[in-house]
Amino acid sequence: MTDSYVVSIDQGTTSTRCIVFDRRGNLVSVAQREHQQHFPRPGWVEHDALEIWRNVGKVVPRALAQAGVTADQIAAIGIANQRESTVVWDRRTGVPVAPAIIWQDTRTDALVETLARAPGAEDVRQRCGLPLATYFSGPKLRWLLDHSPGLYERAERGEVLFGTMESWLIWNLTGGPDGGLHLTDVTNASRTMLMDLRTLGWHPDSLAFFGIPAAMLPEIRSSSEVYGTATAVLPGVRIAAALGDQQAALFGQTCFAPGDAKCTYGTGSFLLLNTGAEPVHSRHGLLTTVGYQIGGEPAVYALEGSIAITGSLVQWFRDRLDLISTAPEIETLARTVEDNGGCYIVPAFSGLFAPHWRSEARGVIVGLTSYITKGHLARAVLEATGWQTREVVDAMNADSGLDLTALRVDGGMTANNLLMQFVADVLAVPVVRPMVAETVSLGAAYAAGLAVGYWPDLEGLRSNWHLAARWVPEMDDAVRAEERENWQRAVERTFGWIKPEARAANE
Amino acid sequence: MASIRPMPGQVQSIARAAAILRLLASSSGRLGIGEIARSLDLPKGTAHGIVRTLQDVGFVEQDKTSGKYQLGAALLHLGTSYLDVNELRSRSINWADPLAARSGEAVRIGTLLDGKVLVVHHVFRPDDTLQTLDVGSLLPPHATALGKVLLAYDVGAANSVMQGEPEPYTRRTLVTARTLTRALTEIRDNGWGAEIEEMTLGEAGIAAPIRGYGGLVVGAIGLSGPVDRVCDGHGHPRPTLVAYVRDAARAVSRDLGAARW
Repeated sequence: MTDSYVVSIDQGTTSTRCIVFDRRGNLVSVAQREHQQHFPRPGWVEHDALEIWRNVGKVVPRALAQAGVTADQIAAIGIANQRESTVVWDRRTGVPVAPAIIWQDTRTDALVETLARAPGAEDVRQRCGLPLATYFSGPKLRWLLDHSPGLYERAERGEVLFGTMESWLIWNLTGGPDGGLHLTDVTNASRTMLMDLRTLGWHPDSLAFFGIPAAMLPEIRSSSEVYGTATAVLPGVRIAAALGDQQAALFGQTCFAPGDAKCTYGTGSFLLLNTGAEPVHSRHGLLTTVGYQIGGEPAVYALEGSIAITGSLVQWFRDRLDLISTAPEIETLARTVEDNGGCYIVPAFSGLFAPHWRSEARGVIVGLTSYITKGHLARAVLEATGWQTREVVDAMNADSGLDLTALRVDGGMTANNLLMQFVADVLAVPVVRPMVAETVSLGAAYAAGLAVGYWPDLEGLRSNWHLAARWVPEMDDAVRAEERENWQRAVERTFGWIKPEARAANE
Repeated sequence: MASIRPMPGQVQSIARAAAILRLLASSSGRLGIGEIARSLDLPKGTAHGIVRTLQDVGFVEQDKTSGKYQLGAALLHLGTSYLDVNELRSRSINWADPLAARSGEAVRIGTLLDGKVLVVHHVFRPDDTLQTLDVGSLLPPHATALGKVLLAYDVGAANSVMQGEPEPYTRRTLVTARTLTRALTEIRDNGWGAEIEEMTLGEAGIAAPIRGYGGLVVGAIGLSGPVDRVCDGHGHPRPTLVAYVRDAARAVSRDLGAARW
């Protein structure tokens, strides 16, 4: 008997990756392709959904070829995707009616402020667990309906379909115009603002609030079940999981028990805490979201703290300031000095996310003296990620009543040893990295493998989790307290930078 | 084109690459492909191929807005290590993890620093026992598999280790120039190396070279663990583990742009 494998497709913000995993959860091969980022106006971020679909058709065969595996050896496909990014396409032709609006896109700024004052706004918020913000799909979809002539009527007649990236890919994988399945999973649906967190269904009042025709919406399914069989790219293989990328990472980190938390360090960073069968409403600026749902079992909820700028601050340091030539060199540069020299960088490039949610804030570099070198700046860049993590962890502890005892980490920045040590230092708890750093892809693979019986149960998945590295706190308590206060004072200096008149003029 | 005919035994594309570097060095501004091709009387496609290769190794840089070329920063740092150690960790992390998972042993990646092995990356043995991260620590090159592999491809470092007085950690540590030289030759012949109780009694390790662009050895990746798990009944490193280590080394090397490995 030949070995079988599970394939995961991670449709991310900058690239689409396909990874082949074996039964022990080991990475066998990986293929990746970047797609174009379009910035047609300030604040706008778009992708070409057709380009992304073509990239899926390229990376999947490449990953299989690298692994020396054929389609009949694939037990299932799982999909993880960039969340909230919104695609609307023609059901008959399969062509998107407009470029996909990406999660970072802030074009719905003014719309969101208007909606926030509209009657029923508080009910919508309570129902979906999210604050009204440009980040989520609902406002983006409403914007598209408002700005494309005739689109609303076509949506009402069911001629055009809405979906986030997993819906778009599943529809195309299962035939597209030719009988493609139009569905989404609970984790992605929980990011639209249109779903009721408790019933896990589209809520008519929320749809009415945003003015969205139900006929264009995908069917909401669990995160781990056989949705259908692919007819394109991997014909005959079952598609058995879909999760938003951060929820996929939570699953890949096997955070199956209430109190388990993970942080994925990428362009931005996302800390998710499993809160069990009950949604916890945050009083400290966190999001309430669905963590995952396995088949017919009850959904598992999570609290989420999103940090907008972490890895992208390193990219800015590399591409805009030209102080390093590759991202990992920031560690080399930071190690040329002993400490931050009194310098702090708060990267509120487009306002601050959790737990502050201040859209009028802008970034600052404070504590500059003639003593400061580029090495100190490099330290301050890395420390900003550490302190932002601390702020979110404090909010989670307060909301959940659970005290974090260790943080599971993943993502590209975990290769940065200095940063991981600093995170352990400022959190005053150990930071642990699992053996497979690719937890987003692994989570999608796990959920798919679970649905088809490739892996027996959650316990079996948990036994695949092994510790690869552990950083223990070394910072003196007094130093931590002092540095934390300095950071907080630096954060206060970002507030209120954009004047109210300027914001009004933009609307 | 017949303008530059190589002498017997010469490699034409290297001669042309050298000419392109000289041309870029002597020009006052950046040059486009057309300008380079015309100056050297080369077909545009040929010039483009050579410039692209020079760009891949960092000897030439392309300006993002104009698309024109100039000498690259790597040329200025020819004498220093061209691969940042943090870059090496970041590029190998995806392959070091599966090596630890498959072998069941701890994995380390090392490079030479001032005659010692600097541990650049460390993956715990996947048994969830208490272990301490030792990234940044230094190992003796003559008594470790990582170190011996690195010495095998660095004549200068190997000579200075042999001229010093290599410390005997155990009875099996190689401390004479004769035994070390023989061991290093064997590593080059086999493409991997091992250490069996040469540093610590009861411990063994296997390592293989990581190669960068053009095949230059930039580091070594290896596993280590109890001698009865790493070696078979005859005291030889287990072939399956050797294969895992070499596979991982090849995978990292491919990622770093080494073509043949």
